[in-house]
Amino acid sequence: MFKNHLATGLTWLAAALVSGMFAWLLVDLLMHGLAKLSWAFFIESPENSGRSGGIGPIITSTALILLITVATALPLSLATAVLLSEFTRRDGVFALLIRRSLDVLAGVPSIVFGLFGNAFFCIDLGLGFSILSGGLTLACMILPILIRTTEEGLKAVPDDYRLAAAALGLSRGAALAHLLLPVAVPALLAGLLLGIGRAGAETAALIFTSGYVARMPDSLLDSGRALSVHIYDLSMNVAGGDAAAYASALILIMLLLIINTIAAGLMKHWNLAKV
Amino acid sequence: MSLPRADRRLAALLRICALPVAAIVLLILLFLARESQPVLQHVALSRFISDASWHPLQGLYRLTPMLAATLYATLGALLLAAPLGIASALFSRYYAPPLLAAGYRRMIELLAGIPSVVYGFWGLTTLAPLIGRLHPPGVSLLSGMLVLALMILPTVALTVDAALAAVPVAYIRSAAALGLSRWGLIGGVALPAARSGIAAGILLATGRAIGETMAVLMVTGNVVQLPQSLFDPVRTLTANIALEMAYATGDHRAALFVSGLALMMMVLVLVTTAELFNKERRHV
Amino acid sequence: MRLFKKTADTPADKLKTQTAYTLGPLQSGPPCCVPEPLIRVEKLSLHYGAKPALNEVSLDIYKGCITALIGPSGCGKTSFLSVLNRLTDMIPGCRVSGRVVYGNQDLRHPALDVQALRRDIGMIFQKPTPFPLSIRRNIELPLREHGINKAADLNDVLQRVLQEVGLWDEVKDRLEAPAQALSGGQQQRLCIARALALQPKVLLMDEPCSALDPISSGVVEDLIQRLRGQYTVVIVTHNLAQARRIANYAGFFWVRERAGCLVEFGQCKQIFDDPAHELTAAYVHGRRG
Repeated sequence: MFKNHLATGLTWLAAALVSGMFAWLLVDLLMHGLAKLSWAFFIESPENSGRSGGIGPIITSTALILLITVATALPLSLATAVLLSEFTRRDGVFALLIRRSLDVLAGVPSIVFGLFGNAFFCIDLGLGFSILSGGLTLACMILPILIRTTEEGLKAVPDDYRLAAAALGLSRGAALAHLLLPVAVPALLAGLLLGIGRAGAETAALIFTSGYVARMPDSLLDSGRALSVHIYDLSMNVAGGDAAAYASALILIMLLLIINTIAAGLMKHWNLAKV
Repeated sequence: MSLPRADRRLAALLRICALPVAAIVLLILLFLARESQPVLQHVALSRFISDASWHPLQGLYRLTPMLAATLYATLGALLLAAPLGIASALFSRYYAPPLLAAGYRRMIELLAGIPSVVYGFWGLTTLAPLIGRLHPPGVSLLSGMLVLALMILPTVALTVDAALAAVPVAYIRSAAALGLSRWGLIGGVALPAARSGIAAGILLATGRAIGETMAVLMVTGNVVQLPQSLFDPVRTLTANIALEMAYATGDHRAALFVSGLALMMMVLVLVTTAELFNKERRHV
Repeated sequence: MRLFKKTADTPADKLKTQTAYTLGPLQSGPPCCVPEPLIRVEKLSLHYGAKPALNEVSLDIYKGCITALIGPSGCGKTSFLSVLNRLTDMIPGCRVSGRVVYGNQDLRHPALDVQALRRDIGMIFQKPTPFPLSIRRNIELPLREHGINKAADLNDVLQRVLQEVGLWDEVKDRLEAPAQALSGGQQQRLCIARALALQPKVLLMDEPCSALDPISSGVVEDLIQRLRGQYTVVIVTHNLAQARRIANYAGFFWVRERAGCLVEFGQCKQIFDDPAHELTAAYVHGRRG
């Protein structure tokens, strides 16, 4: 009986501790960052190494990087997920190889992606420190998430549809285009948002691929500073940059929160519809 | 399986698109190996442990302090995060009333989405000074452990939660029918049944901790030394790469790629082991 | 196979019919046709991986007739049906051997245009499978895929098949409504309409009524009877009374040595009233299975 009570007590204590840490973090950020938040902050360019002014060009760079990430990763992951789900045997060698390599890819540290991106995109392909390099590197990073979610979405579509479509003489491509993919769209979207959320939080991979330049970028081959990199720079390299860093961190968290909440909502909606 | 012609073309097109995806891991390993070549040609691997210190400009490549820092920080983070993560999962699944459980789980999911740079930033501005008041300088192995623990806790909590959810309801019901107390049920039935999922989750969290760069870079002080106490500033392998890549050339740069390869190997081992645990779970 | 041998009705037979477990009066139905075999199956065997499912089944499907495949669960009747429209191609690890001749084509030839085959040989599944689309789109999708694109043509076919299955009056005002909002019986009739839209020669039906309530079941059964003559129907059914009511030919499957096999095949009247094999007799009289 004592063990039972002890376990209950410890569990509640642990939960309280975790909640407390989370609350502490959030309150701290809000307290220090809310003051500096304003529309001007969102739009203006940084001045005085970012101590004053805003984060306008940084938001732009971040958006451009994420755009490239999505544009690259989406078609590749869609193709791979469709291949794995509809055209290969579930236990075949090809599928196994791809799945294993995706598992490993999911575990690769972000700094290693930074090294790879630097060596491959920046140097070998000659893109230099650019938004393009950063976007392509991040695309490699989020492929496992996108593929996994899309594949789950396709697997959730009942086999009845596939058999009925085949019995009517529809080709697999037609069945995919008209039946399977439309039903799996919520899962696709959820995976996409999760991927964007992961990419938006990335820092180490971007430092060596898209660089530090805090100006408004003119082209995709310009170097651009992402929001997460900006926070890093302000806190580590700029004395007195803390206030701006707090505000930027708040904006980043809010954006990611919105994205992740929509993704979670979509997954829940899709799970209910799966019945 | 004989496919109609249109489908065969589609399958071929899909295979072409999937090829880069399959190739990326190999490409990463290839590039790491290639960039490490220059230094590995005249520096034996053993020297990365046995050299006198880490002074690449003088041809000394001792990685041991960094390796030690990475391992200590990871271990410390696991010691904190594993029990708390498991307890969090148990809390939301078996102890808390439904509304509170849902809210708690939501909070953990939010924690999982916070970028590492924000954790590092908070650690730098709030946690480190607090520790500094206890024992200067504040940025230390301890702050690294604490921040890492906070970061990997959601991973542990969410994977353990999923593993517990997979325990067949029948087990729980029969245990309850036998009159087991709540802890008896959890400790005797649920946790053992979910143990491979829990192990896989912990391995995953370990991989994350080892690979974490920004947060540890910001709170550990970045001094290359073997830590004698928890309050000593240290530099992890990942932070080392991040800090020195910017200006490293030639052999120095290649040495950093070597440490990148080492990280890659560690992660590979962890992922493979986690896979084995997942396989075992499927047979159960 | 005692196809053409007429057995005289002895008083003993009449007694058998009266005292046997009553399956209902055998309706003779319209004389089905000149019994011309449309599909000939010779020594068909099927394996799922290492597990045998069918062992050397040989029978003929006669044109314009309704052929019922009866027998307990697990005898390979559904597997047999899946071979006829090459749906077994979609099952990994499935190995088929033997000869199946449709018309004058070898059905199992790898170079056969399977999509065209499935236009000729349609299939209705046990669980109604309307697509998550509108009623109209359900029927138009396969038509478009097979090349019929003009709106006028599509509308004609739509009306024709819905009238054929008796759904036109029920749904003509809500063709854009989701098909999955229909009742079970309506959904199954929609699936039949969808298959009929492709103007098949053969319809394969895997227990089409078993997932339906009795009234819908009756409506679908009447529909199947109306298809006789114009279409060739092969229907798998557990419902012996149903088989007796609607079938011209019946094949009785059983499990032997852990694989399905065909025990007896013949005219429906003969299978039910004067089976050659004692196992068949035991099954149709309710003593086995």
